[in-house]
Amino acid sequence: MQPTPEQAGVLAGGGPRSWVRRVFPSVRHGNLADRAYAITLGAFGAAIPILFFFILLRVGTAAWPALQRFGGGFIVGSDWNPVAGNYGALPFIFGTLASSLLALLIAVPLAVGLAIFLTELSPRWIAAPVAFGTELLAAIPSVVYGLWGIFVLVPWLRANVQQPLASAFGDSFPLFAGPAYGTSIMAGGAILAIMIVPFISAVSREVLAAVPRDQREAALALGATRWEMTWQVVLPYAVPGIIGATILGLGRALGETMAITMVIGNRPDIPTSLFAPGYTMASVLANEFSEASDELHLAALMEIGLILFGITILVNSVARLLVWRVARRAGK
Amino acid sequence: MTKRIWTAALALSIAACGGDGGGSTPGAMKGSAGAAPGTVTLTGAGATFPMPIYSKWFATYGQSNPVRVNYASVGSGAGIRQITQGTVDFGASDAPMTDAELARKPGILHVPTVLGSVAVSYNLPGLRQPLRLDGPTLAAIYLGTIRKWNDARIAGLNPGVALPNADILPVYRTDGSGTTFVFTDYLSAVSPEWKQQVGTGKSVKWPTGLGAKGNEGVTGSVKQSEGAIGYVELAYATQNQLPVAALRNAAGAFVQPSVESTTAAAGDLGEQLRQHPDLRMSVVNAPGAQAYPVSSFTYLLIPSQMEDCGKAKALIGLVRWTLAEGGDMARQLHYAPLPDAVRTQVLQKLQGVTCGPQRQPALAG
Repeated sequence: MQPTPEQAGVLAGGGPRSWVRRVFPSVRHGNLADRAYAITLGAFGAAIPILFFFILLRVGTAAWPALQRFGGGFIVGSDWNPVAGNYGALPFIFGTLASSLLALLIAVPLAVGLAIFLTELSPRWIAAPVAFGTELLAAIPSVVYGLWGIFVLVPWLRANVQQPLASAFGDSFPLFAGPAYGTSIMAGGAILAIMIVPFISAVSREVLAAVPRDQREAALALGATRWEMTWQVVLPYAVPGIIGATILGLGRALGETMAITMVIGNRPDIPTSLFAPGYTMASVLANEFSEASDELHLAALMEIGLILFGITILVNSVARLLVWRVARRAGK
Repeated sequence: MTKRIWTAALALSIAACGGDGGGSTPGAMKGSAGAAPGTVTLTGAGATFPMPIYSKWFATYGQSNPVRVNYASVGSGAGIRQITQGTVDFGASDAPMTDAELARKPGILHVPTVLGSVAVSYNLPGLRQPLRLDGPTLAAIYLGTIRKWNDARIAGLNPGVALPNADILPVYRTDGSGTTFVFTDYLSAVSPEWKQQVGTGKSVKWPTGLGAKGNEGVTGSVKQSEGAIGYVELAYATQNQLPVAALRNAAGAFVQPSVESTTAAAGDLGEQLRQHPDLRMSVVNAPGAQAYPVSSFTYLLIPSQMEDCGKAKALIGLVRWTLAEGGDMARQLHYAPLPDAVRTQVLQKLQGVTCGPQRQPALAG
């Protein structure tokens, strides 16, 4: 049997271009146009990983002094003092995760419920304008959300939610302990929730609409009510997509900067109360980067960027695994 | 289908992580698109605080002179970084460069342009007259050792004023800023406890209180919370008619912030000017009966030797013009012009700028 050129290349210990041929087999095949096509698209494909690599390299280099100086203590340290040159990222990591999770807790039921209403229940003349309005929310710049948050949402939350809860349960339930100033982890979570609802609901709506018609009809033909059809047939079919939508929202919440910076209170503490101020990683970058001139301070900020990068990758990987497992169990 | 949605979600969420660069959008790109031939274009970057007056000056000067200035208000720290790397013709900073920063790029001249001051605003609805405070009391409030408005030390400064038995909520600026630098510089100058526990910086570790972003964030938090106290730039406080406290200056007089009292802060420096010939100096808690104590210079950072003589001459001409003609424009925008003594010293310094391989003076002609 004649070895194919690829095998021959491998057997010969690999010519300088053999790996290129194995990675991009179509480079070898076809006429000039096909090769040019394959090479061009290959370059496009490579652009993103290369960009990713260079971002990592640049941020990593800039963060190096802090990595060297603080090591693993950076992640567990909770002192952030630019004057004394002590940097610990834990309050920011905590604030980012806490506000994002709070946002998901509020936004996911709301967004999925909205998506179900729009695809399963509402008449068309309601569904179209409501869907349009929701998507419009996604187009509002985040600084506008922030200003609205600080002048409207925060005073409202303080007067109608935080102060009543703090005076009723504050002493017995640490999550609601006062004093309630308004700007807080809770305000941050609330503004993030409003900002990510459009993303989650838009994707969920598409996913629900993509559930095949025969699935619904089969359920109805078996005598299911509308509720049973939605709950037992449509939703399970759509769950992987809804998880994907949630992760899209989470990614947005983790990286959101302007709006949350304006309402979260920007105190690098690890609060136990929802009404206490916190701080997020993106916020500290936005706040301190432009004025930071000493090297260690910059490096510490860069390392926070690196950690945020890492957390996002981690969250996405876990989510991908989740989607894959759910999809496999559903037998699709 | 689900796989496709998932992939899109992944891609977007990665994108979302890096999204939203934040507040430091490059500022105004001034001037008309098609500049006349022979026009010199200068690029500068730095402090956001003097942005309004710089835009006004650069635009006005550009109308009658062939000089176009692109000034990006990216923040003082970024301005220092850019002039150090030589990517701009001049930098701008609210705080002078430290010795360590200057060691990395020797030969940067600090040229004060205007003075700014920081006003202390508060939310005490019952109060009829301006609140009076002094430095140690203000430091104690921000350290958290004075917690109530009717504390004896505040009451002692405000005889005959009924102060409420309310908690004080100190509000500070969390975005690194010259405003915070000047404010903490002042507190360090007047309070040894502050200097030891917190120190001076554009970002510091605040012992207590609530952080807000920008002048507007501080104002919002102060306005919404009864009993709050905060600090903002004078121009912002004036434009928004915020109540501002009168602070006791080094001469013992209570002074409210204004353009005049800010200029006065640099009016009586005398000996200090001789000690700091490079003008890298703090003017907080300055002598002088009219001086407002929380004031500071804002600087242009100019290389003392520039490659391009055209640019050097244009830049020096521009700076000389702002010193001579720019005072009224500054006052209109609530910036305090330099007093004469400082202006003379700045003009002298500008004579030292050289350009080209022959190091000829940029001032000639």
